[in-house]
Amino acid sequence: MIGKRFKVVLTTLAALGLFMTNVQAGEVEVLHWWTSGGEAKSVAVLKQLLEKEGHSWKDFAVAGGGGDNAMTVLKSRVISGDAPAAAQIKGPTIQEWGDEGVLTNLDSVAKANNWDKLLPSVVSKVMKYDGHYVATPVNVHRVNWMWANPEVFKKAGATIPTTWAQFEVAAKKIKKAGFIPVARGGQNWQDATLFESIVLGVGGADFYNRAFVKLDSKALNSKTMIRAFDTFRMVKKYTDKDAPGRDWNIATAMVINGKAAMQFMGDWAKGEFLAAKKSPGTDFVCVAAPQTSGMYTFNIDSFAMFKVKGADKINAQKTMAKLIMGPKFQEAFNLNKGSIPARLGVARTKFDSCAHDSMDAFLASSSSGELVPSMAHGMSTFSSIQGAIYDVVTKFYSSDMSSQAAAKQMAMGVQSAQ
Amino acid sequence: MKQVQDSSPTLNEDRVNFSDWIQQLLPKIVLAPTFVITIVFVYGYILWTTWLSFTRSRMLPRYEWAGVIQFEKLFANDRWWVAVKNLAIFGGLFILICIVLGLFIAILLDQRIRVEGALRTIFLYPMALSFIVTGTIWRWVLNPGLGLEKMVREMGFSDFVFDWIIDPEMAIYTVVLAGVWQSSGFVMAMFLAGLRGVDDSIIKAAQVEGASLPRIYWKIIIPCLRPVFFSAMIILSHIAIKSFDLVMALTRGGPGYSTDLPATFMYTFTFTRSRIGFGSASSVMMLAAVIAILVPYLYSELRSPTHD
Repeated sequence: MIGKRFKVVLTTLAALGLFMTNVQAGEVEVLHWWTSGGEAKSVAVLKQLLEKEGHSWKDFAVAGGGGDNAMTVLKSRVISGDAPAAAQIKGPTIQEWGDEGVLTNLDSVAKANNWDKLLPSVVSKVMKYDGHYVATPVNVHRVNWMWANPEVFKKAGATIPTTWAQFEVAAKKIKKAGFIPVARGGQNWQDATLFESIVLGVGGADFYNRAFVKLDSKALNSKTMIRAFDTFRMVKKYTDKDAPGRDWNIATAMVINGKAAMQFMGDWAKGEFLAAKKSPGTDFVCVAAPQTSGMYTFNIDSFAMFKVKGADKINAQKTMAKLIMGPKFQEAFNLNKGSIPARLGVARTKFDSCAHDSMDAFLASSSSGELVPSMAHGMSTFSSIQGAIYDVVTKFYSSDMSSQAAAKQMAMGVQSAQ
Repeated sequence: MKQVQDSSPTLNEDRVNFSDWIQQLLPKIVLAPTFVITIVFVYGYILWTTWLSFTRSRMLPRYEWAGVIQFEKLFANDRWWVAVKNLAIFGGLFILICIVLGLFIAILLDQRIRVEGALRTIFLYPMALSFIVTGTIWRWVLNPGLGLEKMVREMGFSDFVFDWIIDPEMAIYTVVLAGVWQSSGFVMAMFLAGLRGVDDSIIKAAQVEGASLPRIYWKIIIPCLRPVFFSAMIILSHIAIKSFDLVMALTRGGPGYSTDLPATFMYTFTFTRSRIGFGSASSVMMLAAVIAILVPYLYSELRSPTHD
């Protein structure tokens, strides 16, 4: 009797097991550092979509240090042979992980979902290692934005500048009227963000590529670079002296409150304006940094996928890759984060005018060749070289080093970091 | 032993032997895990880091020998020398001021004053805070648009300037300021304990001889405190060398990288910039400096009592 009952239980269990393996519901472990406000909300969207497909999401969030802490944890996990399914890795760092041979191949998902058609080639190039898809993009940030408070401009009798010469005229008026012309946060990445916009404006996309992508020392130590440094120092005159160490969102708040007139920052600054119930076009204006109107410095966040063991886990991982590229996630995520979808074919209606500008400029610049990777946000070089450039930029800004010496040091620093 | 021998002798002899054996071995058994952990996690990793400093490791460790290339790059790096110079300024001033100030406060408190307990707690209290908290507080206090400068200006002194924290030349001194504020109370407590340990009869004898109070302190009491100086020195210098959190919270190494210390330098290059080999080279240099300074000092201090 007991034997018979036991058998029944066993067969039921076996059938259940079979059923489970057919569905192959697996778990994806995702390493990320999107833990605050809008970012956390954006990640939650992905989690929900994945759970709807029957898979489970194991959150592996490591906060702090702008991702440094997360990277340190990731390295130790990969070395010990226990990589998570996906990790928030972007730009050339994807290639570094590819060199280690730990990334998985997503070509089958890419082919089935037509990624080659959906992604602009500049984007898909970043996502591929050795010609194969290893990562999925979640968004595109435009970095060369200038955020302006039109009311401050009006009070000072100045117009919003489109060239650096106009900028100087306007900044003088604003300063005279008792406002701070440029809200600056004195941290190295923020200085680099401003500096790369100046280099792009002064030298153009071609020069930018030679200097920050190809790392040509003739471009790094050139008359154009010296002019860029001169402009950088000119802008310094129009910042307030309490800037060192200030966080970017505090600087944004200065523009929101009408203490300062402009800020040079990527489109994540928009979130601060929106959170303060300001509307684009009337309360604040988003325009390209001077002399860069048709150009676009991009910063793309992405998830790189690691090799995992077990058919269920691989299946869950591939489902996640598919979902990330899906229009539903791309729309929801980017509405929360202030960026634009990385793929084509997402409805535009819910996005605001700044995002529309960004989308138009993204398409136009990708065909004109003026779409360039952001140096300040680790899209153009390895972090070692980016760091060498940072050092010169902040050193120049916080001392009275000459522009000539800075250009020379930049070329030398980049070479020794290679 | 006699009692034990009364009942079955062989079994009890075994028991006695066993407990003797345990007693002899117990300290070793208890210490063994700590010993092994120290060997692996301190000395093992020192060796590992040293090995990595001779490789071209970037994002992940690699083990192919590359010679001294990382050290050559390190010595050619402008930022490294800024960090070294800052450590000399910070370490020197921090240790000196902490000891002088700590001793001074301790001597004042030692004059049998009324609310000594309360005062002692007040001076010692900063030690209860972490360096992160100390750094954050001082960042606000020293910020010209927010803290001290603004306050004094609002009191009517509109020309008052105190902007060290945004001045690349002076910013390192703000780190000294915050460090001293945090640690001098602790040094005071050490000296106070030392002062209470000085034999009263010597002081009484000196008073009978007609020595003045400053002279008693200078010639008798302070020389008696030599072991306290030694402990304070060791504790403060290791706080100075490993100082990381204070700088991170106070200035984040800025303006520019003008307040970088070797520890923050090492962290930046190893973990933020994926240059493990280069970062390891800098930590090996830190270790070498510690050995070069501390070992002779320890040696001379630990030897001298036998001579006295």
